[in-house]
Amino acid sequence: MPAAPKVIVVGGGLAGLAAVIKIAEHGGHVDLFSIVPVKRSHSVCAQGGINAAKNLKGEGDSPWKHFDDTIYGGDFLANQPPVKEMCEAAPGIIDLLDRMGVTFNRTPEGLLDFRRFGGTLYNRTAFAGATTGQQLLYALDEQVRRHEAEGRVKKFEHWEFLSAVLDEEKTCRGICAMDLRTMEVRTFPADVVIICTGGIGAIFGKSTNSVVCTGSAQSVLYQQGCYYANGEFIQVHPTSIPGEDKLRLMSESARGEGGRVWVPKQPGDKRNALSIPANERWYFLEEWYPKYGNLVPRDVATRAIHKVVYEYHLGIDGQPMVYLDLTHIDRAILDKKLEGILEIYEKFVGDDPREVPMKIFPGMHYTMGGLWVDFKQRTNIPGIMAAGECEYQYHGANRLGANSLVSCIWGGFVSGLEAVNYAKGLKTRYESVSSTVYEAEKKRQEDTNARLMSSDGAENPFRIWREMGEIMTKDCTVIRYNKNIREADAKLVQLLERYRHINLSDRTMWANTTIAFARQLYNMLQLARVVAQGAAARDESRGAHYKPDFPDRDDKNWLKTTKASFAPDADEPKFEFEPVDISLIPPRPRRYDMAT
Amino acid sequence: MADKTIQLKIKRQPNPEVAAYWEDFELPWRPNMNVISVLMELAMLAKTKDGKPTTPITYDSNCLEEVCGSCAMLINGKAHMACSALIDDLEQPIKLEPLSKFPIVRDLAVDRKVLFENLKRVKAWIPIDGTYDLGPGPRQSEAQQNEEYPYSRCISCTCCMEVCPQFNEDTGFVGAATIAQVLLFNLNPTGQMQAPERLRALMGDGGIHECGYAQNCVEICPKDIPLTKAIATVGRAVVGQAVKDLFTT
Ligand SMILES: Cc1cc2nc3c(=O)[nH]c(=O)nc-3n(C[C@H](O)[C@H](O)[C@H](O)COP(=O)(O)OP(=O)(O)OC[C@H]3O[C@@H](n4cnc5c(N)ncnc54)[C@H](O)[C@@H]3O)c2cc1C
Ligand code: SF4
Ligand code: SF4
Ligand code: FES
Repeated sequence: MPAAPKVIVVGGGLAGLAAVIKIAEHGGHVDLFSIVPVKRSHSVCAQGGINAAKNLKGEGDSPWKHFDDTIYGGDFLANQPPVKEMCEAAPGIIDLLDRMGVTFNRTPEGLLDFRRFGGTLYNRTAFAGATTGQQLLYALDEQVRRHEAEGRVKKFEHWEFLSAVLDEEKTCRGICAMDLRTMEVRTFPADVVIICTGGIGAIFGKSTNSVVCTGSAQSVLYQQGCYYANGEFIQVHPTSIPGEDKLRLMSESARGEGGRVWVPKQPGDKRNALSIPANERWYFLEEWYPKYGNLVPRDVATRAIHKVVYEYHLGIDGQPMVYLDLTHIDRAILDKKLEGILEIYEKFVGDDPREVPMKIFPGMHYTMGGLWVDFKQRTNIPGIMAAGECEYQYHGANRLGANSLVSCIWGGFVSGLEAVNYAKGLKTRYESVSSTVYEAEKKRQEDTNARLMSSDGAENPFRIWREMGEIMTKDCTVIRYNKNIREADAKLVQLLERYRHINLSDRTMWANTTIAFARQLYNMLQLARVVAQGAAARDESRGAHYKPDFPDRDDKNWLKTTKASFAPDADEPKFEFEPVDISLIPPRPRRYDMAT
Repeated sequence: MADKTIQLKIKRQPNPEVAAYWEDFELPWRPNMNVISVLMELAMLAKTKDGKPTTPITYDSNCLEEVCGSCAMLINGKAHMACSALIDDLEQPIKLEPLSKFPIVRDLAVDRKVLFENLKRVKAWIPIDGTYDLGPGPRQSEAQQNEEYPYSRCISCTCCMEVCPQFNEDTGFVGAATIAQVLLFNLNPTGQMQAPERLRALMGDGGIHECGYAQNCVEICPKDIPLTKAIATVGRAVVGQAVKDLFTT
């Protein structure tokens, strides 16, 4: 009997853990790599919930409607067949999570409770208090711990993926990784590798993402020959809490439970929020979008807030902030359904949102773009697959709230099964690959480290990072002008030049976080150019991508997937485009201000 | 206000083999800062208070919203999450030290994998038959969900273990967090089926009897988990199980 398939999973968020569970269940052996202990992955941050059309509220909801909302919300840029499969699988995924012991909220009859999220008219979102992501991640983490205890999974926590090991045929045969404590660089052979490394928030400096969401792994793979798709589609969440270290999310569930967004009608109104009478408040979302009201999709809400603040100059006290108000809702209901997220506001701002309206502003939140994968989660490099936020498949031009968690778990499951199949079908297993393939990759990575360690310029990596974040947030998020984007890209080139003169303030070989960060920074800069240039190329407006000079969706020219590949000689991305599979739902205009 | 500053004393230890020492830092005050945003600022500065170049401080963090459990450290002597420690609430100079009960990695980072090992010991999971579609889980009342939910919010920060007088190498005590997880899984209708195994894992060396009910744990827990209630409930169940085992073997 041939040896069990050997799979490497990089990343232990929802997607990675879901993949691990499927592989272990199907007889494979997994080496699981993660920068942070997997239980501390970014997925714990998800607050609001997870979508599945279980139709437990007698509303006539169905997986097809979930599918239609997802495609429509994504402005028809997603390939339709995999999205349909995901929506059909979603109710079963919720059942599974329920069986794993997730403490979902319940109805009086003891069934799962569902709430409404943005971009739909149905109560389709299951939730566990206001810490759904934490509960889901723990459920999967516990199952993986069980497989680990039984010897099917080996964890490498505090290890960072540096690169894929590719043989002469450009087939992936394992990875090269670095121990973040001993700083040892080592290669790990495998039949197939699944990348589940999450979001890219750090490219924008401050975002709602966690610290390790740098997109560094995705960028490395793009530089090694993987396509990166739809990079220009960046979701900015309409309601985040501005902070010094990060933008903390105020979940959409705050609006799902009845939260109302408003500004004082009078510019620069200095009165305290509660003393402003109802007729002097402008509930602009409810006025502009009577059907969806405060629950319009994220891109619509974000642009509306920008408009009110920057065009009408109605931000609170002249600042870029608007009110998100929950004070009209009963305290007991708020505590029961939103306690976790209200706690965040209280803890980090110091005000009680049950008593005073919260001050919020849009913040970079999610990347719809990511590694290009086919309908089985395979990238274009044989032996490399991807799942979760790091790939591009399920959300088109804009992701609906509570759809990410389900796409992570679904994508993880699909990739796990496919990885086992791929490994079983391999003609030559990793054992017969020449050791020189591994040694060459290891040397390449050690050389990079040595170069960084001996570099003695004057540039501070943390400062370059800050500048990159500012450039990207200003010119490559909510409102995009070609001229500004091109300037932003030119500045990124300058930052890459400055990067060559970097100075590490730490040259020790033990738990050196500076060198790890410097490596990530380089990769972030390369990926930032993919985002910027992709945005410059796409002369239309679609979903989260909005250009005032091209305000309409242009299906004739732009109903296509952007695919960036790295051109080593030019040291920058080159672009090609691929038709979108629209075989199931014909595109129609996306309008939330009227019934369609 | 322009020259208002933040003063810090940070315990440095480049690696486990060398002795620790203190460094002083100073940086400009800004509104709404927390300990992590200060550490980020210091990474950019890379200088001590008297202008001497130094290395950025090593510490663990990820979510920055007190839900990943990474950033526990001693802040002015007290175990706290650095991301939710607001500068304006702290007395200066702010003293930062690593947790004391866990092996040091470097500076403020320690190795807390013992908690994850303890979770294995008590089988803190629901042993599902498989991930294939077997329909919904058992129905549960709202009251039941309300009882379980608080325990499911444990972020594995290990603060409760840091402050526990019984948590040390001599006792090998598993600590409050692990006991609370036993309760969580034993409350679940499916998890209940393996309750005896989890309870037995808490008997013997390092088990629940090591707890002296000092209650430090419940006071420090950043997630307000009712730890003493969990310890009392599980403690009774362990005794009950021991008695039952005595009569059935
Ligand atoms: C504040 C917030 C709230 C959200 N709320 C919701 C919600 O309510 N509903 C919803 O559907 N979605 C929500 N989302 C989106 C959702 O949380 C994420 O898209 C999802 O959790 C991503 O999961 P993932 O498994 O892809 O990656 P992550 O959970 O980010 O995990 C990435 C993993 O990769 C590892 N990793 C990264 N790089 C490397 C490397 N180089 N080497 C080794 N390991 C590496 C990390 O250590 C980590 O284990 C929210 C997002 C944010 C920011
Ligand atoms: S009650 Fe006291 S002895 Fe028991 S776990 Fe808590 S701190 Fe430790
Ligand atoms: S019980 Fe509380 S203090 Fe202990 S690890 Fe969990 S969250 Fe931290
Ligand atoms: S960084 Fe996650 S708890 Fe502080």
